[in-house]
Amino acid sequence: MDPTALNSGDTAWMLMSTALVMLMTVPGVALYYGGLVKKENVLNTLFMSLIAFAITSVIWVIYAYQLAFGTDVGGLIGNGANLFFNGITSATLAPLAPTIPITIYAAFELVFAAITVALISGAVVGRMKFKAWLVFVPLWITIVYVPISHWVWGGGWLAKLGALDFAGGTVVHLDCGIAALVLCIYLGSRKDVRLLPHNLGYSVIGAALLWFGWFGFNAGSALTAGGLASSAFLATNTATAAGMISWMIIDIIKTGKPTVLGAITGAVCGLVAITPACGFVTVTGALIIGFATSFFSYYAMTWLKPRFGYDDSLDVFAVHGISGLWGALATGLFAAPFINSLGVGLFYGNPMQMVWQLIDIGTVVVWSGGWTLVLAFVLDKTIGLRVEPEEEREGLDISLHEESGYRI
Amino acid sequence: MKEITAIIRPDKLEEVKNALAEIQCKGVTVTEVKGRGRQLGVTESYRGRDYKVDLLPKTRLEIIVNNKDADDVIDTIVKTAQTGDIGDGKIFISPVDDVVRIRTGERGEKAV
Repeated sequence: MDPTALNSGDTAWMLMSTALVMLMTVPGVALYYGGLVKKENVLNTLFMSLIAFAITSVIWVIYAYQLAFGTDVGGLIGNGANLFFNGITSATLAPLAPTIPITIYAAFELVFAAITVALISGAVVGRMKFKAWLVFVPLWITIVYVPISHWVWGGGWLAKLGALDFAGGTVVHLDCGIAALVLCIYLGSRKDVRLLPHNLGYSVIGAALLWFGWFGFNAGSALTAGGLASSAFLATNTATAAGMISWMIIDIIKTGKPTVLGAITGAVCGLVAITPACGFVTVTGALIIGFATSFFSYYAMTWLKPRFGYDDSLDVFAVHGISGLWGALATGLFAAPFINSLGVGLFYGNPMQMVWQLIDIGTVVVWSGGWTLVLAFVLDKTIGLRVEPEEEREGLDISLHEESGYRI
Repeated sequence: MKEITAIIRPDKLEEVKNALAEIQCKGVTVTEVKGRGRQLGVTESYRGRDYKVDLLPKTRLEIIVNNKDADDVIDTIVKTAQTGDIGDGKIFISPVDDVVRIRTGERGEKAV
C-alpha cells in the first residue's frame, strides 16, 4: 500500500475517532464535572465545557491549527500558512499523516485541543467569572496549547529530541493539570470547599462516555487503522480497568467501603496514565501503569491537596497532572520496540529515553504553569477573574446565567 | 379535632398511606422535607474525605382527624413506619380550632 496516498480505511477510522473524542468533552467532561458540583452551579459547570469546545473549534480553523501543525519553523512553531483553511481542498492530504485528508487530521487535533482546555474548568468551577473564562480559553489555546502540541506532535523540537507522547500525557493531561493548579491557586478557595456531588449518576455517565470516547483518543492517535491502533486500544482498556480496581482496593483499605466516585476516578486516572504510553507499551505494561496510577493520584488528592491547602475543586491536578506525569515517565520505562519501533524504553535497554521524557515533562510544567500565571494575572487586572461573594453564595447558575438546573 | 404531623422515612410513605386508607383515614397532605435528629445526620465519604451530611431527606404527613380517630391513626403510623433503627422519625399532635370545607362552606367535624 502506498504510504502517501489516501487510504479509505484510515480515513474512516479517523472520522470515527474524531467524533469519539468530541463525545469526551460534550457531554463527557461536562457531565463528569457537572454531577460533582452543587446543584446551584450545575449549568455553569456544563456550560464551561460546552463553550470551550465551541471557541476552540472556531479559532482552530482560523489560525490555531496552522500554527500548531503547519510546516515547522525552527522547531518552535508552525508557519501559519492557509489561514481560514484557504487553499486547502478536499483532496489535500495531511503532511504529518499522509494517508488521510488534512481536514480530518485538523479536526482530530481540534478535539484534543478542546478537551484539554475544557478539563481545566474542573479546578475553578464555583467561583470563576464566566466572562473571564470566555477570554481565557482562546488565549490559553493560542499561547500554551498551540506551541506545546507543535513541539511534541507537529514536528517541533521535543519530537526531534525523541520525547514520546502517543496521545497526550504531557500535551493534554500534564498541560491541563498544571494550568488547573496555577489557576485555582490564583483564584483562591471557594467559600464552601466540600466535595458533595449533587448528582453522582451524571458523573458515572460522564466517566463512561470518557472511557468510550478515549478509544478514539488513544487508538485514533495511531492516525492509521491497523495493528498499532488495535494495540493502543487494548492497552487503553486494560489500564483503565486496572485503575478502577486499584482505586477500589485503596478505598476498601482506607475506609472499609468501596465508593462509586472512587471507582470512576480510578478509571479516569487509568485512562490518563495510559494516554502517552498506549501506542508503545505491551498489555503487561498497561496493567502495571493502570494499577499504579491510582495510588499516585489518591495520594495527591488526600495528602498533597490538604497539606498545601489549594482548592482544586474537582481534583484536575491530582487526576490529570499526576497521572499524566506518571504516564509520561512510565512511557520512558515500558516502551517496547516490538510494539512500536519509534519507542525504546529503559526496560528495553535505552535509559536515555527517561531523559527525553523528563525534558518533555519539565518543558510542559514550566511553559503551561508560567503562561497560565501570566494569563490569570492579566485577566484579573482587566476583567476580573473571580465572581462577587454574593454571586458565589447565590450559585453561579442564577447569578451569571439567570437559569437554574432544576425546577423540582 | 386534632392535627397529626408525622415525619417519616421517605421509603415508608406508600406503606403508611395504604395502611391509613384501610382504617378509612383518606385525607393526607405530603411534603418532602429535610431535617436531622439527635444523631446529627450521617457521614458520607468522597475521594477519601469524610463529610457530615446533617440534613437528611424525610417525608412529612399532615392529617386532620376527629378526636375519637386520633389514637387509631397514630397507632397505624407507628406500626407501619417503624423499623426500629435510628431515623424512623416523630409524630406531633396538636389541637385544631376549626375546619372549613371550601366547596360547601361546612364547618367543624363534618368538614374533616
